[in-house]
Amino acid sequence: MKLKSGLMGTIAALVMGLGAAQAEGVKVGMITTLSGGGAGLGVDTRDGFLLALKQAGEAGSKVDLVIEDDQQKPDVAVQIADKMIQSDKVDVLTGIVWSNLAMAVVPSATAQGKFYLSTNAAPSQLAGAGCNARYFAVSYQNDNMHEAAGAYAKGAGIGKVFIMAPNYPAGQDSLAGFKRFYDGEIASEVYTQLGQTDYAAEIAQIRASGAEAVFFFLPGGMGIAFMKQYAASGVGIPLIGPAFSLSQDILPAVGDSALGIKNTSSWSPDLDNAANKTFVDGFQAEYGRLPSLYAAQGYDTANLLLSAVAKADVTDAEAFRAALAAADFASVRGKFRFGPNQHPVQDIYVREVVKVNGVLTNAIVGTAMTDRADAYADQCKM
Amino acid sequence: MVLFIEQALNGLQYGMMLFLMAAGLTLVFGVMGLINLAHGSLYMVGAFACAWVAAATGSFFLGLVASLVAAAVAGALVEVVVIRRLYHRDHLDQVLATFALILVFSEGTRWLFGSFPLYLTLPPVLSGAVMLPGGLQYPLFRLAIIGIGAVVALGLFFLINRTRLGIRIRAGEADREMIAALGVNIERLYTIVFALGAALAGLAGALVGTIQSVQVGMGEPVLILAFVVIIIGGIGSIKGALIGALLVGMTDVLGKALLPGLFARVMVGSDAATVGSALASMLIYILMALVLLVRPQGLYGQRG
Repeated sequence: MKLKSGLMGTIAALVMGLGAAQAEGVKVGMITTLSGGGAGLGVDTRDGFLLALKQAGEAGSKVDLVIEDDQQKPDVAVQIADKMIQSDKVDVLTGIVWSNLAMAVVPSATAQGKFYLSTNAAPSQLAGAGCNARYFAVSYQNDNMHEAAGAYAKGAGIGKVFIMAPNYPAGQDSLAGFKRFYDGEIASEVYTQLGQTDYAAEIAQIRASGAEAVFFFLPGGMGIAFMKQYAASGVGIPLIGPAFSLSQDILPAVGDSALGIKNTSSWSPDLDNAANKTFVDGFQAEYGRLPSLYAAQGYDTANLLLSAVAKADVTDAEAFRAALAAADFASVRGKFRFGPNQHPVQDIYVREVVKVNGVLTNAIVGTAMTDRADAYADQCKM
Repeated sequence: MVLFIEQALNGLQYGMMLFLMAAGLTLVFGVMGLINLAHGSLYMVGAFACAWVAAATGSFFLGLVASLVAAAVAGALVEVVVIRRLYHRDHLDQVLATFALILVFSEGTRWLFGSFPLYLTLPPVLSGAVMLPGGLQYPLFRLAIIGIGAVVALGLFFLINRTRLGIRIRAGEADREMIAALGVNIERLYTIVFALGAALAGLAGALVGTIQSVQVGMGEPVLILAFVVIIIGGIGSIKGALIGALLVGMTDVLGKALLPGLFARVMVGSDAATVGSALASMLIYILMALVLLVRPQGLYGQRG
């Protein structure tokens, strides 16, 4: 009798324990940029993530989310990460937009046993020798879009390209990525200042270069300024960019100057699959605007997280990692899986800026690369 | 050769843009002895006002008027509410208070207009490129900026040297207690000067926003350049601001255009581009250091 009641007690405790674990779900800290000039990207990341949780209903409510603004400053991001890990006791971190902030936060967060799911930044250091079992890039490896632009330029038979990026690590990686798959002639390789807003000098060089196309990586306000000035200059050489220069958060500000510009992206609002349709329609209904690449990546990250939470408990790190690595969710990018370094293996498309019902957006015109992993996976020893 | 002339025009145009920004800053700094870090925020206010009014009315020129009015009103308000309390404090307090204003303006603008950059583009009259003698194709709007800069420079010279307000401004710069004793309402004069400086910043913001991007935080990078300009030109001198701005504009553009090519003669392509552009971005600060070495008060500065 005594034994029986003891057994019952143990079973009851077990059941209750399980129930508690199920109800508790997972605690997630989102660090992203919600103020200043880069806020548009963070706002879209957050809104995409929240939309996925909302659409998941009951399952989504198991994710306990804390969101904080990193002001696009590495030191602030580090402080927030420390606070989230130590006092909020989060299990998973996510949301950082910029590579320099990711480099400041990710290595120490994973060293403290936390999972990090990247919604955007995936610098080469974390894809190669610095890869980590608790770090997943759900977005793309930083070089991917640039590599795809190079592959596209080669495939389109463009013989001579003018290439341009800001003079900082991501800019240098960008031009290196482009050249990795482009074997034609480089008319000129120009590094601009980070944050530069006047491109008259560069446009004069482009005009004089005799190039057949211009590849430019100028994220945010830099790209807006360049495209407007380029359109006004009367230089007609076609532009090619990575998705960041022509993302949905930027297009309305550039206006018709952007029409017809080719850009490479792992996602596009017109990608034909059921998950993407649910996402794009849901996003427009919820927020009254078209989603950007950052919103799509935030949405995919949340769905990946939900798929892992449904399979494994976050306290069982190995099981949870395996559940994440399986990538068992319906991605808005269609087919999606992780490579051995836990970075995506996915198709990269060529998009063109078009106007649909008076709104500027992107439409897919081809595929630049199929099942592209990244250039650093070999160096990852995991 | 055509390329060089085009780059020289670009330098002139960039210099004029910097002048529009620096003129207001040097006026406020020189007359009122105030370090105003929020000058870049007034530049942003002008750009947002122009974008908003241009989108609402469809007229870019109404937008330009709105940028002047909005920045002047914002400037006058800021002067009356905050800046007025800072004249007798030291520069550190001024820096702290006006830095706080940057944050207030930035988040206020984000709250009003959202996180995404606004759309502002050229009116059809000013868009496109024109053919200059010698077969050089040049954007019309950049020529217009050169023209507007020249008009503003002439207007300011006239205002400072030929009008009663100008006499008071110069007198206020020389000895503020004395002109107050002579019955000039020094508080009102300061509000007017500050609003004038703000209006110039607003105009610059609207013009520059048209070919760059209208977004939160757009004023801060330009603010640093404007400080470089007035340090080179001499604090408080409109003439100095003009010469300084043109020097900085020319140095920056020609440096960017020529240096990577020069390095390419002694280095391999990719390295030459990196090193050349890195050095080009330092050039204006090297110029500033040299000017400070030879003339610590700036080219046209009055005070030592």
